[in-house]
Amino acid sequence: MQPETATTPALEATVLVSVGRHPVTGRARRADQDARGVELAKSLPNARVGLLYAGHLGSDNESALRGYLGMGFETLSLLEQPEGADVLPALAEALEASSPQLVITGERAEQGEGSGLLPFLLAERLGWPLVTSLAAVESVENGQATLLQALPRGQRRRLKVRLPALLTVDASAPAPRQSAYGPSRRGRLDTRAAEASEDTAWAEWQVQPARKRPKRLKIVKATSARDRFKAAAAKAEGGGGQVLSDVTPEEGAEAIFKLLREEDVLR
Amino acid sequence: MLDILLPILIFAALAVAAVGAWRRSRLWRQGRHARVDLLKGLASMPRRYLVDLHHVVERDKVISHTHVATAGGFVAAALLMILVHGLGLAEGVLGWLLLLASASMFVGSLFVARRRRDPPARLSRGPWMRLPKSLMAFSVSIFVITLPSVGLLPEGVLTGAFGTLFALILAVLVTWGLAEMLVGMGWGGPMKHAFAGALHLAFHRRPERFSTRHGGEGRSTALKALDLNDPDTTLGVEKPSDFTWNQLLGFDACVQCGRCEAVCPAFAAGQPLNPKKLIQDMVVGLAGGSDAHYTGSPYPDRPVGEHHGTPHGPIVAREGKALVDAETLWSCTTCRACVEECPMMIEHVDAIVDMRRFLTLEHGQTPGKGAEVLDNLIATDNPGGFDPGARMHWAADLELPLMSRRGQAEVLLWLGDGAYDMRNQRTLRALVKIMRAAGVDFAVLGDEERDSGDVARRLGDEATFQSLARRNIATLDQYRFARIVTCDPHSFHVLGNEYGELGGHYRVSHHSTFIGELHDAGRLAFRPWKGGRVTYHDPCYLGRYNGEFEAPRHVLRALGIEVAEMQRSGFRSRCCGGGGGAPITDIPGKQRIPDMRMGDVQETQADLVAVGCPQCTVMLEGVVDSTADVRDIAELVAEALTDQTDQTAATAGESAQPEASLAREVA
Repeated sequence: MQPETATTPALEATVLVSVGRHPVTGRARRADQDARGVELAKSLPNARVGLLYAGHLGSDNESALRGYLGMGFETLSLLEQPEGADVLPALAEALEASSPQLVITGERAEQGEGSGLLPFLLAERLGWPLVTSLAAVESVENGQATLLQALPRGQRRRLKVRLPALLTVDASAPAPRQSAYGPSRRGRLDTRAAEASEDTAWAEWQVQPARKRPKRLKIVKATSARDRFKAAAAKAEGGGGQVLSDVTPEEGAEAIFKLLREEDVLR
Repeated sequence: MLDILLPILIFAALAVAAVGAWRRSRLWRQGRHARVDLLKGLASMPRRYLVDLHHVVERDKVISHTHVATAGGFVAAALLMILVHGLGLAEGVLGWLLLLASASMFVGSLFVARRRRDPPARLSRGPWMRLPKSLMAFSVSIFVITLPSVGLLPEGVLTGAFGTLFALILAVLVTWGLAEMLVGMGWGGPMKHAFAGALHLAFHRRPERFSTRHGGEGRSTALKALDLNDPDTTLGVEKPSDFTWNQLLGFDACVQCGRCEAVCPAFAAGQPLNPKKLIQDMVVGLAGGSDAHYTGSPYPDRPVGEHHGTPHGPIVAREGKALVDAETLWSCTTCRACVEECPMMIEHVDAIVDMRRFLTLEHGQTPGKGAEVLDNLIATDNPGGFDPGARMHWAADLELPLMSRRGQAEVLLWLGDGAYDMRNQRTLRALVKIMRAAGVDFAVLGDEERDSGDVARRLGDEATFQSLARRNIATLDQYRFARIVTCDPHSFHVLGNEYGELGGHYRVSHHSTFIGELHDAGRLAFRPWKGGRVTYHDPCYLGRYNGEFEAPRHVLRALGIEVAEMQRSGFRSRCCGGGGGAPITDIPGKQRIPDMRMGDVQETQADLVAVGCPQCTVMLEGVVDSTADVRDIAELVAEALTDQTDQTAATAGESAQPEASLAREVA
């Protein structure tokens, strides 16, 4: 219809994928959040989507990575890294070289360090904006993307972001499509050499299975069923919170520090 | 005049029919290669026709006799006609035999005409409505023309003005008859069923399903394994030409009698499946065109004429419409009622699973909860996504002997995924109680057991099936046991019939068979039945798939129960709706299949329906406001055990040890 759209070059999107770990059996699988990221990228109109994985390739990992290929890809770019390496420099270099407009990834890995810090460090290093908890990409026009960010309790916030940008998805993004065996088997793992940088801190750490964190009890003092229902359905009220705007970084930091003291996070 | 005209007509019709037949066979040869022993097939064709096919047709006595008279008369008349009128060999007995054959065909055609006067909905109309008239035209004209040849009418009767006119009318009738009966065979008329059907019997994809002269009922119901080693081939069937050539031939043999439609549970439930239409759609696909000329019942709620296909075009479109909709393929419960009823021995279910394989393995489009179930099977080896380490939690207090500790046992008790289901756990506990009461030396695999792969395979995920099957086989190979006993007919079928192709050969028994044997051996004694009226629901995978109709009834009789049979029982049992992953894909219809089945139960006024399958239990118990309770046979037996059994168990338990040493290695 419009001549501009016909000549618009395809949107280059790269999805960073990782090898997931099934919560019950611990078997390698495509990571849920990353798969949601792939689904989100696949649903973008007029986008050229590439998959990028940096890490070690074992036989278990391979079938998990092929799970992403089964979502309808011919290749997956693989930056070979030794086990326990810090993949951040390799990823940043690869992204700088290929310069996609959108980079999508899951919030945190399902195994390994899994701190959820990688997107932040990567965005910092690339100098790109980062949007977390992405629910949908509404449109991409003139180097600007309109995004829908997921907030607690089903709320959504519309954001405009200048590209290139790094987006992370969590469980509020659309569920990933089924991985089909045929394409996953036929797809190619395109291995590229990448410089490995040793993660010295990680090597010193001791790893043990995580314990479920206790939840803060919500005490409901209700006498009737109606009150109990209201309490269950009610929105969490902030109450004690305060909004700071137009403050200096020092004032902001001071306010956060004070809150952490109050909550006994810092002693 | 007719002396000259008849040989010309006959040989011209034969020639045109031969050209048509050759063209038709080229359509079939578009299919994939299949290894078929052509000569052996052709040699066994008469037996397959006269015994196996007739066995199915005979279920409707009137039609069976009609078909014998008509088809037998026609084949004899056609052959004799070539000799008598084509080659002029009227002397002696041949002419009289021809008279007899055409008369028989005429009598048969009268019955065909009677059935076509107000045909049931399952029959196709269109060209089929003219068939009785064509049969009559052929039989009457051949009969009359033969009268002078045997001397019943003077030779000169067809001369003179009146005689010539009469001869012309006869010539027209003969031409009509030949056109329908011979030319129509090769060129796709209703009589195509005879030509394609005969070859289909000869070159059938499952020659092992037919009985042999040495006795024994042939039964082959296992799906054929897919070769997963070649990464470049398409997995499953995308296009009509992806079927093997003898599958295409099988589709073309369909006589559109609609017996499949009449028994299909999905069709009755208003889901968009009609086995007859599906086969006709495949015929449309192999010849190319649209389904607008189809004259039978459509898929419920799907108008005819909107779908079209070509031999090398997709059967199911990723978007939009092609030959069939995906929902049609996913509505099937794989109950094989259609296959059991089909007089042309067409394999509907295998074709459906072949097409599902493509949708799952290549498109990744398993509907409903399919994708989730398959992911669970891959990650946790059970469809529910439960912890494999929790498989034996239900039996925490039973101290079941584990194969990993014992290494061998007489009986390996295969629990199935019902171990995670609280309803089926009651059945399993009952079964364990029976085993202990009879002093059977048994053991379970415990946490080493995995899903048998039945659901994955029927959802089209052959890769996951083979992965599960190979790992199960590797586990079973470590232990020595005489046989496997299971209360799940799906596991029973897969372990017994489908693991063989992957290298696992086992003797598998359904628990009803095993309990029957224990009772016959005097190792179980029952209190007489005091409950109400009982009916029995045949699970498809036990009955139709494996021919075990008698053992459950035998056990019920031993319990003192007189089974009030449902109208649809035995090989005609109606599916509970739980097979083939149908509850997982959950294609909407107008009513639920289990509701209809409980309606059947209600008709018998039974207070209790005995079942022998965890799927059936779940499906039938899920029916709201049902008038009958649902109990597994094992539960009924466990409740009826007397103390006397426990005493025999004590002695039998000691004698069980030598039996254990008899446990042979099953490789």
